[in-house]
Amino acid sequence: MHRVQVLDARGVARALERMAAELVERVGDEKLLYFVGVQTRGVPIAHRLAKLVAAATGHEPPVGALDIALYRDDVGPWRAAHQQPILRDTELPVTVDGKVVCLVDDVLYTGRTIRAALDTLMDYGRPRAIHLAVLVDRGHRELPIAAEFVGRTVPTSHAEDVQVRLKESDGEEGVWIAKEVAE
Amino acid sequence: MSVKAAPRLRGKDLVGIDPLSPGEIQLILETAEQMRDIAARPIKKVPALRGKTVVNLFMEASTRTRFSFEVAEKRLSADSLNFSATTSSVSKGETLVDTALNLEAMQPDFLVIRHQYAGAPHQLARILKSSVINAGDGAHEHPTQALLDALTIRMRRGGLEGQVVSIVGDLQHSRVVRSNILLLNRMGATVRVAGPPSLIPLEMDKLGCQVYTRMEEAIAGADVVMMLRIQLERQGRMNFPTVREYYDFFALTPERLKLAKKDCLVMHPGPMNRGVEIDSRVADGPQSVILEQVTNGVAVRMAVLYLLAGGHGEPTAD
Repeated sequence: MHRVQVLDARGVARALERMAAELVERVGDEKLLYFVGVQTRGVPIAHRLAKLVAAATGHEPPVGALDIALYRDDVGPWRAAHQQPILRDTELPVTVDGKVVCLVDDVLYTGRTIRAALDTLMDYGRPRAIHLAVLVDRGHRELPIAAEFVGRTVPTSHAEDVQVRLKESDGEEGVWIAKEVAE
Repeated sequence: MSVKAAPRLRGKDLVGIDPLSPGEIQLILETAEQMRDIAARPIKKVPALRGKTVVNLFMEASTRTRFSFEVAEKRLSADSLNFSATTSSVSKGETLVDTALNLEAMQPDFLVIRHQYAGAPHQLARILKSSVINAGDGAHEHPTQALLDALTIRMRRGGLEGQVVSIVGDLQHSRVVRSNILLLNRMGATVRVAGPPSLIPLEMDKLGCQVYTRMEEAIAGADVVMMLRIQLERQGRMNFPTVREYYDFFALTPERLKLAKKDCLVMHPGPMNRGVEIDSRVADGPQSVILEQVTNGVAVRMAVLYLLAGGHGEPTAD
């Protein structure tokens, strides 16, 4: 496994600061903002963005967690491993009705996860608007989905794996591109 | 030591608790705990089993279990077809295998079966390509009942390991007791059973439980007391003199409940015979979790359907 670092801890912090600033400017009324992280690594990133918005505006937006497993398009016979996705918590501490939801995920790839997240969110209420923030956009979209707030755009090939590691979940911090190399 | 959940279920079917490993049981319980939350959502439905067809083949009367499966199927967006023995060709003499093969020719994905004969689901599981789920076979197994009982204990107690569970009543005709003994043993709980000697099958202890003929000894210090229904419809001959006498010796009354732990949970798989095996003051009392069992039943059945829908066989590279 060959690993190249594209963002270190400072790079991640700077990217998130910039995204938070863009969000505040774009949404206008931060009181309407609601961060919803996609399980699992979208959740700590959503918490960090909420803290950054709080530092900039004095108002800390609520943060929720969304599990999209039951809305995926690859459950059942399409799944080669015969293994259903493990279900994780969905916790939305306040209703999404009328809120400007910012969906947060670590990596945007095919767009299928975000499609599932949009459908999941719609079953919980009717947000005023939904935005998308991702730490890394690695390209190769299979659906017409785009993120408005991107930490870093990284051109990749399908053979490569984008690894986002966060203090909260992984003990190290940064973004790497990994590739299986034949010995 | 808590059991680590398996990544998936190995089998195509759920015919009993017996073939399940502790890790598989843990996976079903953890999945069911998440499924519970769906009932609290504004839209109580997820698309996970969209396009799947489930045949509910109930050859024996059932309200709770059939309803529970149907609710579970609908919450997962599967299409349910209900088949009842009385209004079908079974009354014209068709065999079970022929009925099942004819139903399978309509390409269902799941067959949920309740049958009066032990082993009927196992036979169908061998023949059919669809996933077979046992919803109770004779006096043999009722796996989803044991799983929902386990979920109820787990959610109230944080786990199953070390729990002392006393099961009291008609042990002879009960499939619930068999599945429960298998599951609770596998997950590290201790099982005691009690009932009139005429309703205790031979070699009951070989299943892995302590057998008592006095209820008071069985429930002393217990964490959970599970009462079984006296199956009056299955009593070929009377196994006890009168219902009144049964109540005197084997009913869970407020006085007897005091022998168990102070916060002992009271469970019953339903339907209850009030005033026979359970006193109304206990059934409706603060320690009763009988209606929670019903709620958990839907979640457990959703979990089983969801996990089996992942397919089976050896995993290949993703």
